[in-house]
Amino acid sequence: MGSTEVIIHDEKDNVGVVVIEKISPNQECNCWIMENDKSAKIKSISEIPLGHKIAMADMKEGDTILKYGHDIGKVVKNIKKGEHVHVHNVKTKKW
Amino acid sequence: MKIPKSFLGYKRENGRVGTRNHVIILPVDDISNACAEAVANNIKGTIALPHSYGRLQFGADLELHFRTMIGTGKNPNVAAVIVIGIEPKWTKRIVDAIAKTGKPVEGFSIEGVGDIDTIAKVSKKAQEFSMWASEKQREECPLSDLWISVKCGESDTTSGLASNPTVGNLMDKLEPLGVYLCFGETSELTGAETVCAKRGKTPEAQKKFMKTWSDYNDFILKEATDDLSESQPTAGNIAGGLTTIEEKAFGNFQKIGSRQFIDVLEPAEEPQKGKGLYFMDTSSAAAECVTLQAAGGFNIHLFPTGQGNIIGNPIEPVIKLTANPLTAKTMSEHIDVDVSKILSRQMNLDQAGDELIKATIKVANGRLTCAEALGHKEFVMTKLYRSA
Repeated sequence: MGSTEVIIHDEKDNVGVVVIEKISPNQECNCWIMENDKSAKIKSISEIPLGHKIAMADMKEGDTILKYGHDIGKVVKNIKKGEHVHVHNVKTKKW
Repeated sequence: MKIPKSFLGYKRENGRVGTRNHVIILPVDDISNACAEAVANNIKGTIALPHSYGRLQFGADLELHFRTMIGTGKNPNVAAVIVIGIEPKWTKRIVDAIAKTGKPVEGFSIEGVGDIDTIAKVSKKAQEFSMWASEKQREECPLSDLWISVKCGESDTTSGLASNPTVGNLMDKLEPLGVYLCFGETSELTGAETVCAKRGKTPEAQKKFMKTWSDYNDFILKEATDDLSESQPTAGNIAGGLTTIEEKAFGNFQKIGSRQFIDVLEPAEEPQKGKGLYFMDTSSAAAECVTLQAAGGFNIHLFPTGQGNIIGNPIEPVIKLTANPLTAKTMSEHIDVDVSKILSRQMNLDQAGDELIKATIKVANGRLTCAEALGHKEFVMTKLYRSA
C-alpha cells in the first residue's frame, strides 16, 4: 500500500487532509480518496501540519471549497495547488 | 465480528436498565448545593450534583430546569434520589415526577430548618438509600436496553475523517438491534443543516428539524457581535485544522453513519416513539449537551474528540475516542478507545466500529471510563434566558 500522507473524503473535493505529523514544502504526497478507494498525488508548496488542509487545485477568490463533497466555505485569497488552506485564505459563508 | 446480544445492567422498577447504580443528592437550586455536598460527604456511595441555577426562572426556561432535574432523577443509572431545595413546592414537584418510576426518592426543604438540621435529617435517609442500593446486582439484559447518546468535542479534521465515522459505524451496526440513539448539537450542524434534515424519517421530522435549527441560528445571528471567531470554530478546532463552521458541521454529521432520525426532541425530553435514532435540540457545549441527553434517559455516552476534550458526566458514563495520534499519545489518560490507526490505514472503519462496540459493552458492564476514573462529573444546566 505504501505511505499515505493525505486523505481526501470525496472525489469532488478540492482539498485533502494531512494525516502525518507534518508535510514539508516540495514534498511529493500520496493521497487516498476514501469515497472510492482511489489514489492521487500532490506536491506541497507549504509546510502543513497534521489535520490541516492542502489545496488539490488552483483556486481563485470567491471559489467554493469542497470537502465531504459539500460546500464548506469560500476562498478569500487566491490559493495555489499544493498550498496550505486554512483561516488565512478561506472563510465561512454562514455567520 | 459477532455482536454480543446482552450486557450486565441494573434492572429498574419501571423496566428501564442502568449501566450504573448511583444514589444522587440533587439540589433544586444553587443555594441548596452546600447542603447536598455536605450530605454526599457524610454518606459514602452517594454523589451530589451541584449546579448554578433554579431560582426565579420562568416560562420555557423554568420548564427546561424542571425537565432536566426530573429527567436526571429518572435516569436508570440512578438507583435512588434525594432532592433538596430551599422551598418545599418546587422540591415536591421534582420528587413526585421522579417517584413515578417507582424508585426510592425523598425530598427535603431547608427554609425554616437551616442547613445543619437538614444535613442531619437528609444524611440518615441517604445512608438508608445508599445501603439499599448497594445490594443491587447486575443482571443479563438485552443490548436493546442500551440508550446511547453521542456528542463530539474539541474536534479537528481527524474527527470528521475517523473518530466520528467510527461512531457512525457503531450506529449502523447497533440500530438494527433495537438500541435507542441520540445526537444533538443544533448549532454545530450549521452548513450541513439541509443535508441533515433529509435524514429525517418522515416529512414531519424533517420539518421539525429545520424549524429547530432555524430558531437556534436566528438566536445566534441576533446575539453575534462579530463572526463568532474562536467560539465557532474554537481556537482548538482551528489549531487542529478546522477552518469553518460548515467543515465542522459535516465532520460532526458523520457520527450518525447512514441512519435516519425518527423525531426531534426538546432539550432533556425523553424519546416517545420507540427504538431508533433521535435528534435532540442542544447547545454544542459538551457538558450542557451531555447533561441534557442524560436527562432524556440515555444511559451510556460516546464522545469522539480530536484535540482532547476531557468531559465526564456524574450519572452517564462518557467513553472517549480519538483518531488524532498526537492526542492519543499526549492525553492517553483521557482516551478509552484509540482509533488513530485509521489515519495510517492500519485499521479500517469496520474494525474501529467493532473496537468501539467492545469498549461500549465493557463500560456498560461496569468498567470505569477514563473520565470516571479521573473524577470528571460535569453537571451543567442549560439556561435559555435571564431570570425574572
